[in-house]
Amino acid sequence: MSLRNMVHCALSLVLTFAGLAGLYLQLNAEFVGFTQILVYVGAVSILIVFAILLTRSTEPKDEPATVTPWVGISVAVGAFLTMALAVLASPVGKRLAAPAPEVSVKTLGQKLMTDYVLPLEVMALLLTAAMLGAVIIAMKDKEGQR
Amino acid sequence: MTQLSSYLLVSALLFCIGLAGALTRRNAIMVLIGIELMLNAANLNFIAFWRFSENPETMTGLMFALFSIAIAAAEAAVGLALIITIYRHFRTANVDKVEEMKG
Amino acid sequence: MAELFQAIDQFPVILKHWLMSHAAGVLPEWVLPLLSAALSITPILAVFPLLFALTTVVERKGLGRIQNRIGPNRVGIPLTDIRLYGFGQFIADGIKSLIKEDVVPRAADKVVHFLAPIALLIPVLLTYSVLPFGKNMVPLDLPQTGLLFFFAVGASTELSVFMAGWSSRNKYSLLGAMRAIAQMVSYEIPLILSSLTVVMMAGTLSLTGIVENQATVHFGFLHDWHLFTPWGFVGFCLFLTAAAAEANRTPFDLPEAESEIIAGYFTEYSGFKFAIFFLAEYLGLFAMCGLGITLFLGGWLPPFKFLGFIPSWCWFLGKLVALILLFIWLRGTLPRLRTDQLMGFAWKFLLPMTLINLVVAALWHMSGGAVPVLVRWAVGFVLLAVPYWLLGRGFEVKFTKREYRFAN
Repeated sequence: MSLRNMVHCALSLVLTFAGLAGLYLQLNAEFVGFTQILVYVGAVSILIVFAILLTRSTEPKDEPATVTPWVGISVAVGAFLTMALAVLASPVGKRLAAPAPEVSVKTLGQKLMTDYVLPLEVMALLLTAAMLGAVIIAMKDKEGQR
Repeated sequence: MTQLSSYLLVSALLFCIGLAGALTRRNAIMVLIGIELMLNAANLNFIAFWRFSENPETMTGLMFALFSIAIAAAEAAVGLALIITIYRHFRTANVDKVEEMKG
Repeated sequence: MAELFQAIDQFPVILKHWLMSHAAGVLPEWVLPLLSAALSITPILAVFPLLFALTTVVERKGLGRIQNRIGPNRVGIPLTDIRLYGFGQFIADGIKSLIKEDVVPRAADKVVHFLAPIALLIPVLLTYSVLPFGKNMVPLDLPQTGLLFFFAVGASTELSVFMAGWSSRNKYSLLGAMRAIAQMVSYEIPLILSSLTVVMMAGTLSLTGIVENQATVHFGFLHDWHLFTPWGFVGFCLFLTAAAAEANRTPFDLPEAESEIIAGYFTEYSGFKFAIFFLAEYLGLFAMCGLGITLFLGGWLPPFKFLGFIPSWCWFLGKLVALILLFIWLRGTLPRLRTDQLMGFAWKFLLPMTLINLVVAALWHMSGGAVPVLVRWAVGFVLLAVPYWLLGRGFEVKFTKREYRFAN
């Protein structure tokens, strides 16, 4: 986050995503872990990198990369301390894992089509809307330049 | 076997790094990266709590994480499209310099 | 007799078990899983780079023949007159790239520049870990998420391509990387969607399970490969097209179009790092071919039941070599596309076709048993041929408008 070079930032972000996927695998969530890699490492990071390259050219070099760093950092550190204390104090944290549940993709899909069908439909709608929105945002600008 | 609290600590750390980034960086893309980090921290919490819950067979946390990954992808696409449009308009991706509301 | 064939078929597995059982008494407990993994990896690391090396020679010779040249035919065993038809070429090439100077541009981002080839090779090698090479021969059998693993790992190569192109601080590298990424992202969608039909029919993401699903026998001798269905045939064609684009093969080799942008994203790499890029690219192609074989061509299964005595891994390798030769042939035959044609082809032709194919596969699945096979074939054929014709027309109109003018 503090790196000056934004591409380095993006690359370390990818490393974080991959590490998170590893944590998911450790938590027996194989499907989510691989989806995480597919979506984040394969798609989101590419988007970010493209955006960085497209917007970088005229950035002034000398101005600081951050704004009022101390306020933000102190807020974040405060939040972390609060959360860490809460986590350490609560009895939930001492809980040990239940025996590894068998999560097959089949049951996941069945759940998705029965119990979670409404969120699924909403998600499909949202993704379509997002895609259309992104296309229109990009297109309108091109017409404006003409 | 690792305790639940260690996962929660990692996720809290991740969230706060994301928060710090989103609050302090000038560049809109970096703000977006911070937000992505926070979303991921939340995902990690979902998965961890699912794994350590009383009855993991319900798979609520897993489902929520899947949905939130999908939402994050959509959000990143729209957000970056917006940033690029703003950049084309104002010639900067700096969030503080984009002050005018009239196009 | 049958037992002997069985033994030859399972030879690598038996060998591994034998080694493991002997090592169990000698080595400490914690080494054993590592040893098991190493024993599974070694054949992959031995066979596929060798195949890569032979492929480079075969490709050069084959392309030479297609272009009315001879191709490499000189290098054989040194200090003798034995030429080996030029098949010593890859050893000479390997030695040359190893002892060449490793040039890093001064402006380059040193760390990223160094990491990029490694970050490219590792995911490519990881994809091999889920491919079933023969019966009981899969290094890492993920019963729930095999195919997803393959695609997830395959997707992470895009970033390495970007790392290589960006860190070189070279216009051509960056252009090549941008082209490569745009192409890989676009063609990944048809690739995944075309393999989704197989997942739908087999009802499993495990690659071993997909192969076993094709093991049923028709008419007493013909195996039920997915290729022998309308959706399977179309799916295989779409898959091959998308795979060629993913692996940057002609006619989709824009990212490294020599006549336009030198060598694309690895322009600034030399010596051993260049060799790694070369290796990773071919290994990626082999992995894609292997996946296509697993999904559509019945994996390690023979085409006819009575040919079952030939070991399963021979079938896999044979199909792999056949697909590689097909790709070499394509490279010698087809011209390169333009970038906008490439993108238009992916989004306007491949994507609709894969979606229609998905519907056809669903219909095929639903009508199983109730409807006669011929009717299912006819319906599937019509449903696929009409959109193919309609979508193809859109391209023809554009192509025929071109005028050629020759100097008199």
